[in-house]
Amino acid sequence: MLLAASEHFVRAPQWTWFILGYFFFAGLSGGSYAIATLLRLAGDPRDEAAARIGFYVSFVTVLVCPVLLTVDLGAGWVRFWHMLVNVTPGDQGLSFKYWSPMSIGAWTLFVFGLFAAVSALESFLLDRRGSDSRPFGGPLGLLFNVVGTVLALFLASYTGVLLSVSNQPVWSDTWALGGLFLASGLSGSAALIAWMTRYRPDAAYTLLRLHAAAGYFAILELILLVVFFVTIWFAGVAGRTLPLLPLWILAAVGIAAGLVAARRPARIEPAGGTAAVLRAGSNVVLISLLVLIGVLALRAGVIFSAQ
Amino acid sequence: MAAIKPGESYGFFTDTSICIGCKACEVACKEWNQLEGNSPQFLADSFDNTGQLDAQNWRHVKFYDKVPDNPTNAGSGTAWLMMSDVCKHCKQASCMEVCPTGAIVRTEFDTVFIQQDVCNGCRNCVAACPYSVIGMNQQTGTAHKCTLCYDRLQGGLQPACAKACPTQSIRFGPLAELQQAADVRLATLHSQGVTQAQLYGRDDSVYGGLNAFFLLMDKPETYGLPNAANAHLPSRNDLGGYAIAVVTAVAALVAGLVAFRRRVTG
Repeated sequence: MLLAASEHFVRAPQWTWFILGYFFFAGLSGGSYAIATLLRLAGDPRDEAAARIGFYVSFVTVLVCPVLLTVDLGAGWVRFWHMLVNVTPGDQGLSFKYWSPMSIGAWTLFVFGLFAAVSALESFLLDRRGSDSRPFGGPLGLLFNVVGTVLALFLASYTGVLLSVSNQPVWSDTWALGGLFLASGLSGSAALIAWMTRYRPDAAYTLLRLHAAAGYFAILELILLVVFFVTIWFAGVAGRTLPLLPLWILAAVGIAAGLVAARRPARIEPAGGTAAVLRAGSNVVLISLLVLIGVLALRAGVIFSAQ
Repeated sequence: MAAIKPGESYGFFTDTSICIGCKACEVACKEWNQLEGNSPQFLADSFDNTGQLDAQNWRHVKFYDKVPDNPTNAGSGTAWLMMSDVCKHCKQASCMEVCPTGAIVRTEFDTVFIQQDVCNGCRNCVAACPYSVIGMNQQTGTAHKCTLCYDRLQGGLQPACAKACPTQSIRFGPLAELQQAADVRLATLHSQGVTQAQLYGRDDSVYGGLNAFFLLMDKPETYGLPNAANAHLPSRNDLGGYAIAVVTAVAALVAGLVAFRRRVTG
């Protein structure tokens, strides 16, 4: 489904730093929740500590999202709630347009925020009690996490679809952005959770598994990045991405860091002593930072190539 | 002109072949709609010092003067192209399609209108409008564009730009009447040998038809208008965008399951 060479006469919407920040944190929030659920569902009981980190990260990052979106509205910020409620005289009611990614995204952010808050609260209660007995356990708790994960995956991906559903050059000339942002968000989330395991010793068990997952997500991201460039090349707009070469290099370095971490995970040599522990920890931080910078650079490259 | 009645489709027929670039339309629009205008700038672009349609310019006379400087006989030479651009009030409006707040509505006159008290300034319409019509007003934090003088229509008056146009390049009226007039004008020009003349937005080939349509003296692209092959609605990417996201999500879930089921060794 390659697009024909396209011509655009549009104005840039000036979605810049706040939107970049939103895309970044939405990717991390959604990705962290999905990874946390996967760890809980598929992982070992010893992965529960890392899963809780994931829920915490998801909640903290989702809190930033509405703030960034509201600030981005400028003078219209007092009407941020119009995203959810139509106040047109004679047509009042909830505003939901399934064909508008921004409309679905606003609802997803709202509903997912509730899921993220409940899951973080549950993790907090479990940590406080020092217990593994979930207050919302059983099939209901499982269902809650699964539904939350569906919303989380949507939150991490719809931002890319939102850009594509426009008439802007580059953005509307590809259909790969939704998948690309999702893969990148998951990759960044795995890196961030891996980083946070440094501050929670009982989560160290999951570190290698997180790096393995980050590697798979990085492969997905790489494939989709290639698809992205192929589609915009066929559309005749690939040249617009060239001035942003440093950002693409950073994105590539981030992907490479994820792959390296999966291939050569940070191990602590038994004979290495304290120095080996510190070195392994520093490697995790460095790799996580590179992956996260790559996640941010990728979004910046996409956003600014059209504006 | 007959009385303006709600429930009927109204629009503009802008005949660029008789536009003289006087900008009376721009002035009348600003005056009626109380648009302050942007600070004057020397754009070094022909006689254009407006630049573009935006929150302060709801009419914009475009000048295309890059024509060969050859002596010609009357009626056979290449002339400057001038076009009074405006919101097209598309039948299938990209801005209206993507607006998440319901601020952009179709009025009883079949025109596209942004409700200022509903718009919250998300700028999704700016990203979607294929004609670069909509601009943001930083003071109000809302999107602005031509209203087709909605308030004047409600009062039974024709839009200010059409009223002020001295050559009747901008004509206002019921859409069906305008389309008939456009067909006659095109046939006249073609019979005079002006074969490059063409109607833009008269039929449904671009965005289901435009309520503000044009008679052009060159290709649409010359005037900065997407041709039929490039006139896409934003929603064309809904299906493909979500499909690839779902495929990625499934692949990522499988990858996660594989990674997290792996036994830790060493």
